[in-house]
Amino acid sequence: MRKLWIGIVILMLFNACKSNTKTALPILGYKTPVTKTVNGKTVTDTEYATIPPFKFVNQYADTITQKNLDGKIYVADFFFTTCPSICPVMHRNMLNVYKEFKDDDNFRIISHTIDPKYDTVPVLKRYADKLGIAGNTWWLLHGEKGDTYKIAKSYLQSVSEKNPKGEYIHDGFFILIDKQKRIRGTYEGTDPAEVTKLIADIKTLKADPDQITAK
Amino acid sequence: MKIKAIGAIAILLIIIGASCQSDDQIEFKRYYSGGSLVYQQHCQNCHGDKGQGLSSLIPPLTDSTYLKQNKAVLACFIKNGLKRKITVAGRTFDDDMQADDIAPLEIAKVLTYVSNSFGNKMGTVTLQQVQDDLRNCK
Ligand code: HEC
Repeated sequence: MRKLWIGIVILMLFNACKSNTKTALPILGYKTPVTKTVNGKTVTDTEYATIPPFKFVNQYADTITQKNLDGKIYVADFFFTTCPSICPVMHRNMLNVYKEFKDDDNFRIISHTIDPKYDTVPVLKRYADKLGIAGNTWWLLHGEKGDTYKIAKSYLQSVSEKNPKGEYIHDGFFILIDKQKRIRGTYEGTDPAEVTKLIADIKTLKADPDQITAK
Repeated sequence: MKIKAIGAIAILLIIIGASCQSDDQIEFKRYYSGGSLVYQQHCQNCHGDKGQGLSSLIPPLTDSTYLKQNKAVLACFIKNGLKRKITVAGRTFDDDMQADDIAPLEIAKVLTYVSNSFGNKMGTVTLQQVQDDLRNCK
């Protein structure tokens, strides 16, 4: 009987410890098992999907590639400046993310326009100015439509051409990417509660030992 | 007997008076709550749940002075859209608001909601008023 009690107490302590450590964010996206030979032994490892190389231009007409995001945690979304529906809500919420991390040079926000014909670099600059964002924390990216639509897929997002009513259909998600360019979370950008969670998750991710050491 | 009759008439008048007043209030409440739904569906994405707008892209709906000065053309703004430089809450805006082809009654409801929320207090915008204003749109 006594032994049982001790056992229960130990178990409780163990559980208490476990719940004290912050749970790490999951890694999302497609996983592929890869077999490698390490020290003469065959081991199977899981390789997570990463965001492939890209090349776009930001609101300052600077070329931005995946290299500009090396060593940075970032959030991506898809929008267009004349979007009457969900984009104003998304960017009203994204402004909270911007304000929280704008002094952190290891953090970025990238917003891809899905209407590159209208959203030229000067249009994006004007939008950025009016939105009240400055500096290099938040880039609005212009690129070939095909490139943007292709990269959207690697962020697990669906965007498509204008429908017969002349509207673009696109997801309103914010996607959190870590320094290894892996997807760590997707958040409904129109929901303030989800965006609050995103801000908390960015803090968790920044504190992850795996991220502190990553270059 | 006479006094009783006068008393009864007085009470009747008071009841009529009171019910007239509450008719107005009922109408206001009906417009206001209907307007809050129209607002959520047609305006909130842009103007925000607190009428706060979005930076310098979309004007707030909290400038009572602006709303009062433009009271007679607000219905036209919604019906025909607005595409010009305006100054709201001390800031200039020049992005476009698209026309929204909603029924005059919906316009009356949403304007009642907007002009009595977010710190505004301008009373009911009636269907009659909206119909008159729409006739004078430029
Ligand atoms: C697509 C985004 C969008 C939607 C949806 C929208 N507005 Fe606007 N609204 C604007 C913009 C942008 C302006 C400024 C237009 C200008 O400068 O010409 C504006 C201006 C206004 C103004 C005058 C300025 C002010 O802030 O007081 C009012 C009133 C107004 N809108 C009310 C409404 C109402 C009511 C609805 C819903 C029926 C609505 N808007 C829907 C974007 C929008």
